[in-house]
Amino acid sequence: MSSSKIIVPEVSTRGISRRSLLIGAGAAALVLASGSMAFAQDPLKIGFVYVGPIGDHGYSYSHDQARQAVEKEFGDRVKVTFVENVKEGPDSERVIRQLASEGNELIFATSFGFMQPTIRVARQFPKAKFEHATGYMKAPNVGIYNGRFHEGRAVHGTVAGHMSKSGVIGYVASFPIPEVIMGINAFTLAAQKVNPDIKVKVIWLNTWYDPGKEADAAKALIDGGADVIVQHVDSPAAMQVAESRGAYAFGQASDMSRFAPNAHLSAIVYDWGPYYIERVNKVLDGTWEPEDKWWGLKEGLIQISPYNDKVPEDVQQAADAVKNGIIDGSLHPFTGPIKDQKGVERVPAGETISDADLLKIDWLVEGVQS
Amino acid sequence: MPLRIDRRPDSTAIRVAAPLLAVLLTVGTGFLLFMALGLNPADTLYQFLIAPLLTFYSLTELGVKAAPLALIACGLAVGFRANVWNIGAEGQLTIGAIAAGGVALAFWNEIGWWILPLMLLASILGGMAWASIPAFLKTRFGVNEILTSLMLTYIALLILQMLVFGPWKDPDGFNFPQTRLFSDAALLPVLQEGSRLHPGAIVAVLVALVAWFVMARTVIGFQIGIVGDAPRAARYAGFDARRTTWLAFLVGGGAAGLAGAFEVAGPIGQLVPTLTPGYGFTAIIVAFLGRLNPLGIVAAALLMALTYIGGENAQIVSGLPQAATGVFQGMLLFYLLAADGLLRLRIRRVPATNGKAVTP
Amino acid sequence: MELAVPIIVAIISAATPLLLAASGELVVERAGVLNLGIEGMMLMGAMAGFAVTLLTGSHIAGLAAAAAAGMAMALVFAFLTLTLSANQVASGLALTIFGIGLSALIGSAYVGQPVAALPKLDVAGLSDLPVIGPLLFRHDFLIYFSIAMVPVLWWYLNRTRAGLRLRAVGESAEAAHALGHPVIAIRYGACLFGGLMAGLGGAFLSLSYTPMWAESMTAGRGWIALALVVFAAWRPWRLLVGAYLFGGVGIFQLHAQGAWGLPSELFSMLPYVATILVLTVISAGAARSRTFGAPAALGRPFRPSG
Repeated sequence: MSSSKIIVPEVSTRGISRRSLLIGAGAAALVLASGSMAFAQDPLKIGFVYVGPIGDHGYSYSHDQARQAVEKEFGDRVKVTFVENVKEGPDSERVIRQLASEGNELIFATSFGFMQPTIRVARQFPKAKFEHATGYMKAPNVGIYNGRFHEGRAVHGTVAGHMSKSGVIGYVASFPIPEVIMGINAFTLAAQKVNPDIKVKVIWLNTWYDPGKEADAAKALIDGGADVIVQHVDSPAAMQVAESRGAYAFGQASDMSRFAPNAHLSAIVYDWGPYYIERVNKVLDGTWEPEDKWWGLKEGLIQISPYNDKVPEDVQQAADAVKNGIIDGSLHPFTGPIKDQKGVERVPAGETISDADLLKIDWLVEGVQS
Repeated sequence: MPLRIDRRPDSTAIRVAAPLLAVLLTVGTGFLLFMALGLNPADTLYQFLIAPLLTFYSLTELGVKAAPLALIACGLAVGFRANVWNIGAEGQLTIGAIAAGGVALAFWNEIGWWILPLMLLASILGGMAWASIPAFLKTRFGVNEILTSLMLTYIALLILQMLVFGPWKDPDGFNFPQTRLFSDAALLPVLQEGSRLHPGAIVAVLVALVAWFVMARTVIGFQIGIVGDAPRAARYAGFDARRTTWLAFLVGGGAAGLAGAFEVAGPIGQLVPTLTPGYGFTAIIVAFLGRLNPLGIVAAALLMALTYIGGENAQIVSGLPQAATGVFQGMLLFYLLAADGLLRLRIRRVPATNGKAVTP
Repeated sequence: MELAVPIIVAIISAATPLLLAASGELVVERAGVLNLGIEGMMLMGAMAGFAVTLLTGSHIAGLAAAAAAGMAMALVFAFLTLTLSANQVASGLALTIFGIGLSALIGSAYVGQPVAALPKLDVAGLSDLPVIGPLLFRHDFLIYFSIAMVPVLWWYLNRTRAGLRLRAVGESAEAAHALGHPVIAIRYGACLFGGLMAGLGGAFLSLSYTPMWAESMTAGRGWIALALVVFAAWRPWRLLVGAYLFGGVGIFQLHAQGAWGLPSELFSMLPYVATILVLTVISAGAARSRTFGAPAALGRPFRPSG
């Protein structure tokens, strides 16, 4: 797993030289050693950086829920700060740096676009600890974490394979990045296991967040014959369309059943809470190290929200079997034979895709139309 | 007795008092707003308006943030003076950044002093090229530039996406939407070790000085002003509105493109799907806040930068919700824009003639 | 035909918020005022409409609140630019920043809550007709209102005294003032109407298009509305064409995506490209006959003297 990600090269491209980095690290070790004794009673200061508004009811919202879980868990032992709507451009580095210089000892940078800024700030603040979500660059004081979102997709794909009558599933997607592609593929493969003729139509919106466009895409997919809608965008708009058009739908990031009581079959819920709590614990007891965590169903970072009553008992059981298989390791969502859209075999029968290859996947499986 | 709103003539006293009044009103309203949100109002105001000025690092960040705003706004001001409505600076910036990034990537394996200048040149040409589309459509077919320049911004952002998701994607970047990190030869040096302040800040100030000189002291500057204020008179005087339109777009586009290069070769260091937090749009406010005067623009850019950095500060230190920073920023702008109007406002009682109100 | 019906219905939905907001801005600009704060007014309308509908359970109250919120925002703008002669462009942009912030701040209490969508027309017999029913007789109030406003505005601007007066103010405030027209009052009225329509445009998003409230849910539609007024050359009928063209191409590109193996970004560009092309063709034609320029006094402050 960790071989899949690269460690930051020692020689920085700009800013601090290697020499000063080493001195800094040494000094930091000293400060840290004395600091932990002198200020044992002070709360641990933790910072969170979100790419969207916490009111997006999607990705940033899920991180903020987890931040609240951290506050609840640790009470006075931590002091938590967050900054929302931080654009992935020149601003993010300043915000992360500002958090560090305000004495936050653990900083979670929750979006891919914060990767380079996090690495740069981490070099300047060797004593602070950083955690970067969904990226691939580690450093002596930068750990990385991600969610196996696709595991949830495999469970939903199983349900969809049973529930779709038209055999066409509509997928409202944001950008063709590995995380989204992984989800589409896992979903399609699982659905095809139930019904080999399933087709998955994808519409790329080229945005994470535009409720109106998300709704339009869902409409277009239903007009194109889809009777199940899946989404990898942030708002519940596609759920609402499915509800009004009598289709089924799967939500994302949080339970969206309130928006579509009949259509919403289940959602993938992101629960970053347990991960954050574990990391905070490690900092508190002094065992934090930069790690590379990719948590999924097993660790509870990805959860399947309760099924709608419309999902028959046997379908729920089939889906649970997939879920349990993934959890106990007996089932891998990407088990060969897998062909890509052009019909070229990518994974031979019986083999699985390694995490390293999965993390940079850029091809869609056979049966996906986009 | 009927009341009548009237205004006093402009005076030096008003010009001095207006910004003071604006600050006073902002502080007063901000105090109430932050108190209503359950925060310590004095501390929040301090974090917002004062703290960013107190550390050396945040002063350099002020420069990092203000430089592109000032540079773009100076370019746009030329057009706005001539009544040319280029609101697509964000797109011109993006194309400029793409051009600069293209050079950086093409010579990724090379080392040479000429790479950076070539990038800057490419960005200016790129921004100009993108701006020349609305200029051409306007001068040739009479197509209104508000629509074209705005629509072209969305197109430019999608072109950037297409490149970083497609052919320009970093081959070692795990298929994430980003190019390679530029090589050292394609990165701007920093002016101060440990900060991100780059030579773009100096260029922005120089551009402002040149723009001020041109606008205030040369025939071209005069011509631009006339075309904007009195197009008919300009025509009689033999000034060509078409040429002014082209000039306005090329200057605006070139400046925005250059700002794009400074961003990617400076703080960002690669091409990514989101290059700026809307500098091209914010620069429009900056241009008018600075009264289209290049020196005023530099001051306005620094002020806008202060409110952004102060807003981040207030979020981090005081726990101010991000939405409230927008409210505060909007209010500050309202007061700044309104202050001299407010001071010149005079409500007079109009003496009624013979006891009867005069109907207009 | 049967197959095209849902697509046309989707286009109507996509065009309506643009048409509503742009209709308001058209009148504002015809009075010689340029308000770039449409996005901010729309967001306040969307938030207020949603919140009040949720709290009272009444869509009528919600729409009234949306209109009032839009007008309140417009009033701030009008006071700044008309009474205090502040710069219009900067004030409009500041209004957008302010509106994005304020709607998010107040609206944070309503995130993640569903609300009943605006009721759709249901005429016994007519609404159930195939094709014609869903196309004509199964929409909500705001859709009919947005289309009805087009002829109303045309009539107002071209056939009524008040409309002609408003246009005179937009062409030359000084001349209109000299004729005794209350320039500032007329412009105030226009701005308030612009706020009302933008507020309703926002409410269409939060109560009909996607019945929910989420921060910045307008996602730039205020800017598109601004561009459409220009596309329309400040004339109501062409605004209708522009809004449906933009909305239509936006829906079309979703259906066309994936064709010819082209990148999806090219399809996402289509609405913008199409608008530029169509306007160029129209403008090139118009240049030969007669020009439909902007109101001559657009964006210029008026300071009554004496």
